[in-house]
Amino acid sequence: MTDLTRLTIAEAREKLAAREITAVELTDAYLAAIDSANASLNAYVAPTPEKAREMAKASDARIAAGKAGALEGIPLGIKDLFATEGVHTQACSHILDGFEPRYESTVTQNLWNDGAVMLGKLNMDEFAMGSSNETSYYGPVRNPWRAAGSDADLVAGGSSGGSAAAVAAFLCAGATATDTGGSIRQPAAYTGTVGIKPTYGRCSRWGIVAYASSLDQAGPIARDVRDAAILLKSMASVDEKDTTSVDLPVPDYEAAIGQSIRGMKIGIPKEYRLDGMPEEIEALWRQGIAWLKEAGAEIVDISLPHTTYALPTYYIISPAEASSNLARYDGVRYGLRVDGDDIVDMYEKTRAAGFGMEVKRRILIGTYVLSAGYYDAYYVRAQKVRTLIKRDFDLAFAAGVDAILTPATPSSAFAIADEALAADPVKMYLNDIFTVTVNMAGLPGISVPAGLDGKGLPLGLQLIGRPFGEETLFRTAHVIEQAAGRFSPAKWW
Amino acid sequence: MSVDIDTVKRVARLARIAVSEEEASRMTGELNGILGFVEQLSEVNIEGVEPMTSVMPMAMRERRDVVADGGIADDIVANAPVSDRNFFLVPKVVE
Amino acid sequence: MTLVDVRTPDPKRLIPGATGDWEVIIGMEVHAQVLSSSKLFSGASTEFGKAPNANVSLVDAAMPGMLPVINEECVKQAVRTGLGLKAEINHRSIFDRKNYFYPDLPQGYQISQFKDPIVGEGKIVISLGPDRQGHFEDIEIGIERLHLEQDAGKSMHDQHPTMSYVDLNRSGVALMEIVSKPDMRSSDEAKAYMTKLRSIVRYLGTCDGNMDEGSMRADVNVSVRRPGEPFGTRCEIKNVNSIRFIGQAIEYEARRQIGILEDGGVIDQETRLFDPGKGETRSMRSKEDAHDYRYFPDPDLLPLEFDNEFVGRLLADLPELPDDKKTRFVKDLGLSVYDASVLVSEKAIADYYEVVAAGRDGKIAANWVINDLLGALNKDGKAIEETPVSPAQLGGIIDLIKDGTISGKIAKDLFEIVWNEGGDPAAIVEARGMKQVTDTGAIEKAVDEIIAANPEQVEKVKAKPALAGWFVGQVMKATGGKANPQAVQTLVKTKLGIDE
Repeated sequence: MTDLTRLTIAEAREKLAAREITAVELTDAYLAAIDSANASLNAYVAPTPEKAREMAKASDARIAAGKAGALEGIPLGIKDLFATEGVHTQACSHILDGFEPRYESTVTQNLWNDGAVMLGKLNMDEFAMGSSNETSYYGPVRNPWRAAGSDADLVAGGSSGGSAAAVAAFLCAGATATDTGGSIRQPAAYTGTVGIKPTYGRCSRWGIVAYASSLDQAGPIARDVRDAAILLKSMASVDEKDTTSVDLPVPDYEAAIGQSIRGMKIGIPKEYRLDGMPEEIEALWRQGIAWLKEAGAEIVDISLPHTTYALPTYYIISPAEASSNLARYDGVRYGLRVDGDDIVDMYEKTRAAGFGMEVKRRILIGTYVLSAGYYDAYYVRAQKVRTLIKRDFDLAFAAGVDAILTPATPSSAFAIADEALAADPVKMYLNDIFTVTVNMAGLPGISVPAGLDGKGLPLGLQLIGRPFGEETLFRTAHVIEQAAGRFSPAKWW
Repeated sequence: MSVDIDTVKRVARLARIAVSEEEASRMTGELNGILGFVEQLSEVNIEGVEPMTSVMPMAMRERRDVVADGGIADDIVANAPVSDRNFFLVPKVVE
Repeated sequence: MTLVDVRTPDPKRLIPGATGDWEVIIGMEVHAQVLSSSKLFSGASTEFGKAPNANVSLVDAAMPGMLPVINEECVKQAVRTGLGLKAEINHRSIFDRKNYFYPDLPQGYQISQFKDPIVGEGKIVISLGPDRQGHFEDIEIGIERLHLEQDAGKSMHDQHPTMSYVDLNRSGVALMEIVSKPDMRSSDEAKAYMTKLRSIVRYLGTCDGNMDEGSMRADVNVSVRRPGEPFGTRCEIKNVNSIRFIGQAIEYEARRQIGILEDGGVIDQETRLFDPGKGETRSMRSKEDAHDYRYFPDPDLLPLEFDNEFVGRLLADLPELPDDKKTRFVKDLGLSVYDASVLVSEKAIADYYEVVAAGRDGKIAANWVINDLLGALNKDGKAIEETPVSPAQLGGIIDLIKDGTISGKIAKDLFEIVWNEGGDPAAIVEARGMKQVTDTGAIEKAVDEIIAANPEQVEKVKAKPALAGWFVGQVMKATGGKANPQAVQTLVKTKLGIDE
């Protein structure tokens, strides 16, 4: 029999519906793959094989009864940031030791309601703070991709490194992920997968461990654009439990795939042409422009003048929100507690032992920028700059631009434990330079594989859409995918 | 703006994270690196610009005043490190 | 907030010290629990006195990934209260996070409103008095702002030698923090302010005002100064939970501060607690860190915005407030300011009175409610809600007087019977033969008998007609109070030959 894990969601969906395969067979194939690969890739921190088989069985029963949901029997990996009832949910942090919520996040509940099967919880940067998955309490994820002729371990990107690696290495049919500054799109670009961060408010944040509330959005990482569209359709919803959930019906994203982009106006922002950007990235971008032009799109140069300020703005706003969001991890109601002489001592010891270095760094920065005397200079100023960043996009869209094309990342995947990056947190932060603007403006952004670099590593292009312009993104990304082809790593694990 | 080690210790105290002398010293450097990086925002002209309060223009969702939750004390304390008769227990607090 | 002194020092309010007079300056922050079924940001019940953590949702316990969704009724209640305080209603307000660590604060922050509260400046008129001449003094106390915020949970420290017990039932319950301007100048004013504020929220139905259940509590800011000098350093007395204690705490604190200043000391700006047992305030064990709450807008929420129409609808449905009711009682029902003040002091009393007064003489109704009903309640230590005599019953008694069925004196007895035994007043009068005698023949007989038996008095009354009252009294006594006093009076005068 062919390797079932190679099927895309769309393909598996058909075979399941046609009763050519069963959900249990499909799930077992993935569980076997996880079993043999996870020690090498470290993509899963908590596989849930029993639950998976049980859910798959139920899926088969529903298929037999003619009651199949949109994702019936599709085995998925879930980022450890999503609360899953009775299952390990720790945001890959020591501080949530042993935490098993008595509730299910809205996004995952939506997936189960549509019949999906949970394979387990995926590795990630601790509290989604990182760009390399190296801040995880469970250790870094290894990228299934390696440079040609090298056996050096590369990062899978972050923070959704486990999601991206699991999808790329066929350890799940698709995965949930979240994106606060690029945490879906950057790892997708590093692993040759498709990742979309939808418009802020499209997916409910209820039950997703918060990092920076005004920026966090859930989205899928998938093997191709169609699968991403299928997954997002199920993940997205209007949720009365999330104040920031936007009251708009969820469209059928898959229907957008294959539609022509003729006449569409694609903006090319000059500010994304960075000094010292590798020529390969430039070339990829030019290639992307050419593909879209060939498909009938109109290419226009645009200016987003505050782009350069997005990253520093992000590094004020996100730590500020995080410093407050993470105050609840205090050893009182759940997770780790380290005893102390008194309550303050207990807090300080618990949080010192429970949080990793990067999380502490961001909490301290966030605490500092909100503290008396600095609030206006840092936080308020940053929120004003954020207004300006969003205004840049508003103006571009008002001028008729339908989508914006940029590189997804300034490089391909880098080595695990890169010394230069470890020594300077800011260097690591620069990884998000192309993606973070999108979060600042609340816009949808998709990363789609567009080619390989000289080392044979995948590179991605990013498309940025208008608010709730996800269909345009799927439609346009599909054009790039058609032109660029698909990319899979050579199996070494 | 930059921070000294005492500021780092004060901030760590506010954030209730115990830091060793060595950690505080290392973090002082790192925090100054980050603060130096964000310093470029001071060159942006923000005159007359409103700070962002919500990225999507929308009215705040409101709830009807009905009791639709609670009654789950067992679930609430299920993950507690120390609890007794559905109370959370913490080291004694003095006022 | 800039403190503005709006009052002129009033000699009768000054506190004499060893070295001269002092003026006490008081401002209050009152936390009033919003009357709502569910919490400010969660669907858990606000009911008081439930089992530990029974009224707690995942949101209230700050479980990872939980999000607040605002309760629309709490917003309305805050606006109603703002309207009742004649305050500016802000059509756009922002919820901020106030960050600090405490075991009964599960999120590690309280959702509150800092820079942009839902309600701005307003005022409350308090009425002091009456003085010996029966005059009231009305004083306007400024309201600085009102904002919505979450209550914290509760820690208990007496359950275990080394541990505190935390119950989050109150965590997330909606509070209105109502901040006054530093406009009060005596403990009486402060007590009157709290009493009036409580009365207003009860009239509005926005807070039950039950201070013993913690539904209303005050942080009292007290400072002293020489009259005419700038404000002194203030101390904040936290969480005072009765009106009497507010008075005691201020009296103690003012004298404490005066003592320190007169001894050449300085006042430390600090937070203090009132110990009702000792009647003293004491310094709270100083928190090691200076507070730095790091307020910033809560990113889980959006600005709270509403239009004029929303406010207009709430305004249109606003119940009559005590000041308006008092004015109406005086103007339309002819009550004295004193009686009207007593009747509107509590909404339940005013409601009771209005039922009794409906279709009856307002003044007579007021006399019965104030003298008889409130007197009896007071004697038995009962609240108006516990009255054994319903407004309908009291109205029935008044009607029986009015139609001449019983005398005023019998009515008092009847009130007592209804108070103790209940029942329909008219039926009781019928069953117990309490009807007054209007049969002139029977009264005449009694009058004749009294006159015949008291020749000396008859002589005296000829010189002093005012003594006729004595005969009336004797006749009433002889008839067991049931004779119609009007008829007795007329007959006595006729028989004694006294001109009308």
